[in-house]
Amino acid sequence: MSNIAGASGATPGSAPGPSGERRGSEALHFARRNPKLLIGLTLVLGFLLLGIIGPLFVDHGPNQYVGPQSRPPSGEYWLGTTTFGQDVWAQFVYGIRSTFLIGILGGGVAFLIGTAIGFLAGYRGGIVDEVLNMLTNVVLVLPALVVLIIAVAYLDARGLVVQAVFIGLTTWPWAARAVRAQALSLATREYVDLARLSGRRTWRIITTEIAPNMSSYLVMSFILLFGGAVLTAAGLDFIGLGPTDGVSLGLMLENAVAWSALQLGLWWWFVPPGLAITVIVGSMYILNVGLDEVFNPKLREL
Amino acid sequence: MSLQVNDLKVHYRTLRGNVHALDGVTFSLEDGEIMGLAGESGCGKSTLGKSLIRLDSRMHHAGGSVRLDGREMPIADDKAMVPLRFHEVSLIPQYAMSALNPTRRIGRMIDELLRARGVRPADKADELRRRLELVGLEPDVLRRFPIELSGGMKQRVVMVLSTLLDPSLLIADEVTSALDVSTQRSVAESLVEFRDRGYVRSMVFVTHDVSLVYQIADTIMVMYAGHVAEKGPAASIVSEPRHPYTRMLLSALPEVGSTSGERLQGIPGTPPGLLDPPTGCRFRARCPMAFDKCVERPPLVETAPGHWSACWKTGEE
Amino acid sequence: MWRYMGRKLFVYALTFIVAVTINWMIPRFMPGDPVRSMLNRGSISDPEALERMTAYYNEVFGLDAPLHEQYLSFWAGLLRGDLGISVMLYPEPVVDVILRAVPFTLALLVPAIVLSWIVGNRFGAFAARSKFLDNSILPVGYVLTATPYMWLALLMVWSLGIVAGVFPTAGGYSLALTPGANWEFVSSLITHWFLPFLSMFVVALGGWAIGMRNMIIYELEADYATYLHALGAPRRLVRRYAFRNAMLPQITGLAVQLGTIITGALLTEIVFNYPGLGTLVLDSLDNRDFFLLQGIFLFVVVGVLIANFVIDIVYVLIDPRTRVQMTGGSS
Repeated sequence: MSNIAGASGATPGSAPGPSGERRGSEALHFARRNPKLLIGLTLVLGFLLLGIIGPLFVDHGPNQYVGPQSRPPSGEYWLGTTTFGQDVWAQFVYGIRSTFLIGILGGGVAFLIGTAIGFLAGYRGGIVDEVLNMLTNVVLVLPALVVLIIAVAYLDARGLVVQAVFIGLTTWPWAARAVRAQALSLATREYVDLARLSGRRTWRIITTEIAPNMSSYLVMSFILLFGGAVLTAAGLDFIGLGPTDGVSLGLMLENAVAWSALQLGLWWWFVPPGLAITVIVGSMYILNVGLDEVFNPKLREL
Repeated sequence: MSLQVNDLKVHYRTLRGNVHALDGVTFSLEDGEIMGLAGESGCGKSTLGKSLIRLDSRMHHAGGSVRLDGREMPIADDKAMVPLRFHEVSLIPQYAMSALNPTRRIGRMIDELLRARGVRPADKADELRRRLELVGLEPDVLRRFPIELSGGMKQRVVMVLSTLLDPSLLIADEVTSALDVSTQRSVAESLVEFRDRGYVRSMVFVTHDVSLVYQIADTIMVMYAGHVAEKGPAASIVSEPRHPYTRMLLSALPEVGSTSGERLQGIPGTPPGLLDPPTGCRFRARCPMAFDKCVERPPLVETAPGHWSACWKTGEE
Repeated sequence: MWRYMGRKLFVYALTFIVAVTINWMIPRFMPGDPVRSMLNRGSISDPEALERMTAYYNEVFGLDAPLHEQYLSFWAGLLRGDLGISVMLYPEPVVDVILRAVPFTLALLVPAIVLSWIVGNRFGAFAARSKFLDNSILPVGYVLTATPYMWLALLMVWSLGIVAGVFPTAGGYSLALTPGANWEFVSSLITHWFLPFLSMFVVALGGWAIGMRNMIIYELEADYATYLHALGAPRRLVRRYAFRNAMLPQITGLAVQLGTIITGALLTEIVFNYPGLGTLVLDSLDNRDFFLLQGIFLFVVVGVLIANFVIDIVYVLIDPRTRVQMTGGSS
């Protein structure tokens, strides 16, 4: 396809293969000027910081009964208290922490499985691809949360890690599909051929030649998986299949509904946790669009 | 004279500054002339082709003028160019294989395009069929989707469509590069036939394949790094090139019909970057004949009737 | 092209087998005795009934038989349409319980999916028109897809149901009415239906808008769009083509998103205590009614598979590229 290379060669602005350094600095240049990326990143980091530092400034457990019951937000209890006198702020900051944990763990497991399968299928092709593709399609069609409900329902004691692993096991397929498509197009490039000819091992080629060339793409996949894991976990928690004895934003919603916060008008109990999930996941997505615009020059122009 | 390009400058805006893709290009086209436009990748030949019909969003017109049939073409003004496109200037793109909307039947797409351009499809229906037959296609292709056609068939449909309104100037951008050798021949011959029948008045045939262009072009223009190196009758360019770059280009000629002539192994070195182009003759770093004077830009001078060359050495002879 | 359909069907069949196997496996390989844990939590006071139930479930599980026999008899039961008997509503068969809830879930799901898809696609195409629209619609779309279904539902119950008192907040119809084909009952159905529908519709909207916007931008970059522009075609024509072509992947997107939206429907139902499958899931979890739970799981999977198959057929019929290949036309 020399004619295509010739075409881009004629537009020197996007000349193929600028040195890595120049490309990096160019990305940085656009990154600094991309409001989506900046706003998204600020919000995500802000909440992350709140999840890390917040609990340090709370001197009682999030589920402890510490104050008067059903109080609206005040100077003492920033987000008010529950019908049992639990501090909503304390639950909130601990909940944010576990939201990030579940996102990183659940998204991480899904990411590892998805990219491993995607790379292998895309790079190897043939029968390996066929089988893995079949597997991907099967898991893709199964509605993840419903499978999770069945699986998790039988567990008597549930922890955050178990939840994360289960989420990872059921939500990887689309990442595998996306990575496969990318790897497929990269696997036929010259430099990969060269590496293959020189007798390098499959996983070495994948990790040293293919993966670095789609690193921005991988980061974006992880972000999407992170968001998916957070939302799925919140759903599970809300049905009552969350970590036993834990704190999470989804559990807060579950408890608020179970103890009639809606009817009693305790909005401070159910508005903040949902809002936090929405903002964290939403700003992750918007950050993703920003990243896409930075790394994909075509989108800069619209 | 149908096309006159005078000192045309078109730059690409990039983060690191302007890329001087066309840096003062001057040439003209006679009525009925088919001009082959040759050069390595990145020499500005595709940019020139685009400039004559539609600048993309990163390109901007930095100077010079283009006149078509005695009228100034507003190439910098996208809107003002619209009436000229298709009617006066048309294009056969290098991506002809994917130039047709995959989800429309070809005939319907053509009708919709014609109507959008203020032409009644019924007025052109017979002509369309005639021309399809001329290039060896059944009128039946109009009822098909692009996916049902082979690459060569799509190429010919695009050829017929682009020239349907008898444009004054046709830009054929690397039209043959994706085709096999025999299809290349027939496409090239059809283009000559179109000119002979007056479907197009003159043509710029952009290619990196000098051997192919020689077969159909009346004249050949060789570009190097945003400058015109040489322009002249096809036969004399090939048999007695004046510019040292043309000579090297010809000696490095790939096999006839080969499409891999993109990188010319025969010429050591690479063309200069056009972000901050060197002064003087742009070829001098690779030129075996370079001497002191080459630090000044050599003018394009007519060394024989209709034969122009931009080199201090040939200018003297 | 029939090969393509055959492959799809094969994947669906495989998926069904996997789903059934998961269903069979989980109670048997999870720690603990499923029968006891199930009946312990169920509030059964009559000891005689308890004994009867224990005997029944022990027999159904057939834990004494070799594993492959258990597996085969599980399939045999399934193919007879026998999903067992509900613990919670003993002795009602699981299938009956589920069939009662399915219409409610479908009544939420189908309009929410179809309308959000249509409206979302319009919005997305609209957003791709200009930088300004893009920068305003796009973030809203992303925030909507990031919204947990149950949270928006909660906000709607609270604001429109409880505070404003405009809509009923729970149930599928007023319990004071007896179901029947009279206007009073129908209007009760509609008012109870509206808020859960609305909240699902709004959340699903964002995803479609984003998908369409991205697809259209991709299409506007496509070669045919560039060619049309070079021939002076007006933006309107190019956009029309781009929109139509971008719709096709959005149909495939429908299949991919189905799982997420069904999940959303289950969660939304729980908030509204809407008598569909979601509420049934919650009830069966509370009562450890695993038979019911597994029955629901199978129903959902089968529903998803049927929907996927319908989408495949629609896609083949709509996309000329696949349709042409199917009728065997070639150059």
